[in-house]
Amino acid sequence: MNPFKLLFGLCLALVATGIHAAPKIESWQTTSGARVLFVENHTLPIVDVQVDFAAGTAHEAEGESGVAALTRSLLDLGVRGLDETQIASRMADLGAQLSGGTDHDRASLRLRTLSMADKRGPAFDLLRAILSSPTFPGEVFERERARAVAGLKESLTRPDALASQAFWAAMYPGHPYGRQATPESLQTLVRADVLAFHAASYRASRATLSIVGDLSRAQAASLAEDLTTALPSGSASASIDVPQLPAAGEQRIAHPAAQAHLLLGLPALQRGDPDFFPLAVGNYTLGGGGFVSRLMKEVRDQRGLAYSVYSYFMPLQQLGPFQIGLQTKKAQAGDALKVSREVLASFLAQGPSEAELAAAKQNLIGSFPLRLDSNRKILEHVAMIGFYGLPLDYLDHYPENIERVTVAEVRAAFARHVRPEHLVIVVVGGE
Amino acid sequence: MRHARLFALLLLLATPALVLADTHERQLANGLRIIVKEDRRAPTVAHMVWYRAGSMDETNGSTGVAHVLEHLMFKGTPSAGPGEFNRRVAAAGGRDNAFTSRDYTAYFQQVPKEKLSEMMHLEADRMRHLTLDPAEFAQEVRVVMEERRLRTDDQPQSLLFEQLNAVAFQVHPYRVPVIGWMNDLENMTVSDARAWYEQWYTPNNAYVVVVGDVDHQKVFELAEEHYGALPARALPLRKPQEEPVQVGTRRLTVKAPADLPVVLMAYKVPVIRNVDQDSDPYALEMLAAVLAGHEAARFTRHLVREQRLAVNAAASYDSTARGPGIFHLYGSPSEGRTRAEVEAGLRAEIAAVQEQGVAPDELARAKAQLIAGQIYKLDSMFAQAMEIGQLESAGIPHTMNRRMIDKLQAVTAEQIQAVVRKYFGDEQLTVAELDPQPLPPAPRPRSPLASRH
Repeated sequence: MNPFKLLFGLCLALVATGIHAAPKIESWQTTSGARVLFVENHTLPIVDVQVDFAAGTAHEAEGESGVAALTRSLLDLGVRGLDETQIASRMADLGAQLSGGTDHDRASLRLRTLSMADKRGPAFDLLRAILSSPTFPGEVFERERARAVAGLKESLTRPDALASQAFWAAMYPGHPYGRQATPESLQTLVRADVLAFHAASYRASRATLSIVGDLSRAQAASLAEDLTTALPSGSASASIDVPQLPAAGEQRIAHPAAQAHLLLGLPALQRGDPDFFPLAVGNYTLGGGGFVSRLMKEVRDQRGLAYSVYSYFMPLQQLGPFQIGLQTKKAQAGDALKVSREVLASFLAQGPSEAELAAAKQNLIGSFPLRLDSNRKILEHVAMIGFYGLPLDYLDHYPENIERVTVAEVRAAFARHVRPEHLVIVVVGGE
Repeated sequence: MRHARLFALLLLLATPALVLADTHERQLANGLRIIVKEDRRAPTVAHMVWYRAGSMDETNGSTGVAHVLEHLMFKGTPSAGPGEFNRRVAAAGGRDNAFTSRDYTAYFQQVPKEKLSEMMHLEADRMRHLTLDPAEFAQEVRVVMEERRLRTDDQPQSLLFEQLNAVAFQVHPYRVPVIGWMNDLENMTVSDARAWYEQWYTPNNAYVVVVGDVDHQKVFELAEEHYGALPARALPLRKPQEEPVQVGTRRLTVKAPADLPVVLMAYKVPVIRNVDQDSDPYALEMLAAVLAGHEAARFTRHLVREQRLAVNAAASYDSTARGPGIFHLYGSPSEGRTRAEVEAGLRAEIAAVQEQGVAPDELARAKAQLIAGQIYKLDSMFAQAMEIGQLESAGIPHTMNRRMIDKLQAVTAEQIQAVVRKYFGDEQLTVAELDPQPLPPAPRPRSPLASRH
C-alpha cells in the first residue's frame, strides 16, 4: 500500500462519519493486568497509542533524582536484537513517530502510525519490543546521562527554570514533588539505578494503555494483549505521600536577566476532586481565560507590566499546584507582584461576578468541541482519564458539571484550596 | 473492509489527470480571496485572515511596527471597543490569537462552526475601522517591549539568531528581527502604527482561509456579506531590496549568560519561486531530512551518538519564503569539546555528502516520513489552514501543494549531492557562535523561606 497515493484519496474520503462531541470510550483489562481505554475512529488512517506508567519523578527514591526521566529516555535506545539506530531507522521507514516524556506522576510512550497493516504491524512490533525488552546499553546510559547533565546545567542558567525549580522546592518541602534533579544528582546515577527503577515501575499493574483511531475493538484488544504480555505483573504500590502544605513565604534569587520572573502558588488540587469544576470555572475569570481574565486585564492591559500573565490549577495524583506566573522588567517586579496579589486577594474575597461566571461557563462549555476535534486531543483526554481513574463518562458530563457551578461554589472551593497562609512566592531577578 | 473505499479511490487517483479538488476558492470584487477546505470530522472551524505585510515590509527606524500593529488589532474599533474582540470570541466558545512573521501577519479564531459568521463580522470590522487610540498604543507598546525582553533579550539562542540575521543580510530586510529593535520600539508612535495600517490592511492585500465543518458556498456567501463592502485601495510599490552576493565567510560571536556553547552556520540557498521549474529547493528539503529529520539521521547518529562530539545537532531549511533562503546547521559541544570541533564536525558531514552523496535507504526514509507527515497533518484543522496560508504568503498557490510533494518525491541522490556541492561553499557562509558567560557569583539562597506578613 503506497501511502503517497492514499494521501490524495483521503480528502475525498473525509466525508466519512464525524467525531462525536464526546467520544465513546471502551475499557477493559489485559490478562497481565494493564488497563486499556479505546476510542474507535476510522475517519483517518491513523492509530495513536499511548502507554502511561506510574513512573514519574515522584516515584524516584530520595537521592535518585533524575532517574525517572533518564529511564524513560533510554527505553527506546536499545532493545533485544536492535540498537538505537536500527530502532529509529525502522520507525522512520514506517513513517511512524515515537514520542513521550516524564512528568511528576507519569512516564509516557506515545506512538503515532499509519493504520495500513504493513505500516502499523511493524510499528506495533517495535513498540512491543521497547516495552518488553529494553536493554539499557551501558555506553548509551553514559552518553545520555552526560547529555542530561549538559541540558540541566544550561537550563539552570535561565531565570524561568531557576524560578520553577525554587518554586516547586518551596511548595513541597520534603515531598517527592519538591525534589528535582541537579547536575550532581544525575552524576551519581549508575546504570543499575535505571534497571532497578525500570523493574519496579514499568509493570502491567502500573500501566494504562490508551488507543485512539483506525482499529476495530477486536484489533485493539489483541494489540493491547500483545503490548503488555511481557510486562511484569503483580501489584507494586504506586502511591505517593500526601504533601504537607508549606508556610507562606517569599524567596528572591538574583539573576542578571532584563526581566524578573514571578511565581505565586501552593499545593492545591488532586485529580478527581469534585471541586475541579468550580475551580476551573473560577480560574477562567482569575487568570485562565487568556485575554479576558482579570490578571490579564490588570497586569497587561491596564498597566502594560507583562506580555504573559496567567493562573492555572495542575491537578496531580496528590495535591498539584495552583500557580500564578508572569515576567516583567526588573524595575517593575515589585509593582507586578503587588498587583497580582491584589487581584488574587480580591478574587478570593468576592469570587467572580454573576456576569463573569456566565462568561466563563459560556466559553468553557462552548469551546468543548474544540477540545476534542482531533485524534491527538482525544488521546490526551483519554490517557488522562485512564491514568487517573476518572469515570469513563467524564467527558459526557463535563458540560453539565461546568453549567451547574454557582458563584458561591467557586468562592467556597477557592477558600478550601487556595489558602493565603500557604502561598509561596518566588522572584528570580528584579531589583 | 473499511478501506475498500480508499482502495477504490486509489485506482482513480492513479490517473494523473485527476486533480485533487480539496479546496474551494473565490475572489471578492474588492480583491479579497477566500479559500475554503471542508473537513467535517468535528463541528468546529478555523477562520484565518492573512495580510501580505510582515517585518520585511518595514523601513529603518520603525522596525517592529508590523508586530505592534498586530497587538493593536485587539484594541478596538468604534463598534467593538478595546478588549471586545477577545471577549466576543471567548463568549463564542472560541480561541483566538495572531502572529507576525517576516512575510505576513495573520489572525485566527477556532470556534464552533455556527460562530463563523460572527468571526467574519469582527475581522471585517477591524480590517477597516481600527481606532488606534494613542493611550492604548502607549500601553501596548510597553507590553511589546516586555515581549522582546522575554523572547529575545533574555534568550541567548534568540539573540544568536537575531545577530546572525543582521550579519548574514546587509541589505535585504530579513536582517531585521520581527519584534523590532528595542530602540525603535522605544521611539515608535501611534502615527507609525496608523501609517502601517493604512498602507497594508486592505482586502486586496489579504486572504481568508477557512477549514472546518462548513459548506464552501455558504462560506462564500458569508464572506461576501461581511467583507464584500470593504473598499480596495492601491498598495505601495514593494521594492525587492535584493541582497548582494556574499563574497566570503562572515563570523560573529554573541556573549550571553548561558552554560552551553552553540555553533550556528548559515548558508545562502534558493527558495521556491516557480514550483514547476525549480528543482534545487526540493533537493535541499530532502537534504535537511537526511541530515537531521529523525533520531537516526546523520547528525544525531554521527555527531551525537557515535562521535559524542555534540549534545545536540540539527539542520533546518524552509523552501517557501518571500525573501531569500538560508540553510541552517546547528550544534552544541559535549563537555570537554569545543565550538571549533563542532563546527568541524558539521563541516565534515557536509563534505561527506559532497564526496559520497547519500544512500538510497536514507532518501527513501526521508520520503516515507514526508508522506506520513502529510497524512498526520490531516488530524488538525489548524495545521491544514496554516499550510494553505503559509504557501500563499510566499506567493505559491496553495493548490500547488500536491505538485510540490510530487517534486519532493522525485528528488534523487544525485540532485542532493549536486546542491551540496553548489551551495555549501565558504563564500556564502555566515557562522555565529554563542560564547556562554557565567552568571554573576551571587549565591542562590538555599535558606528556608523568609516569613512574610
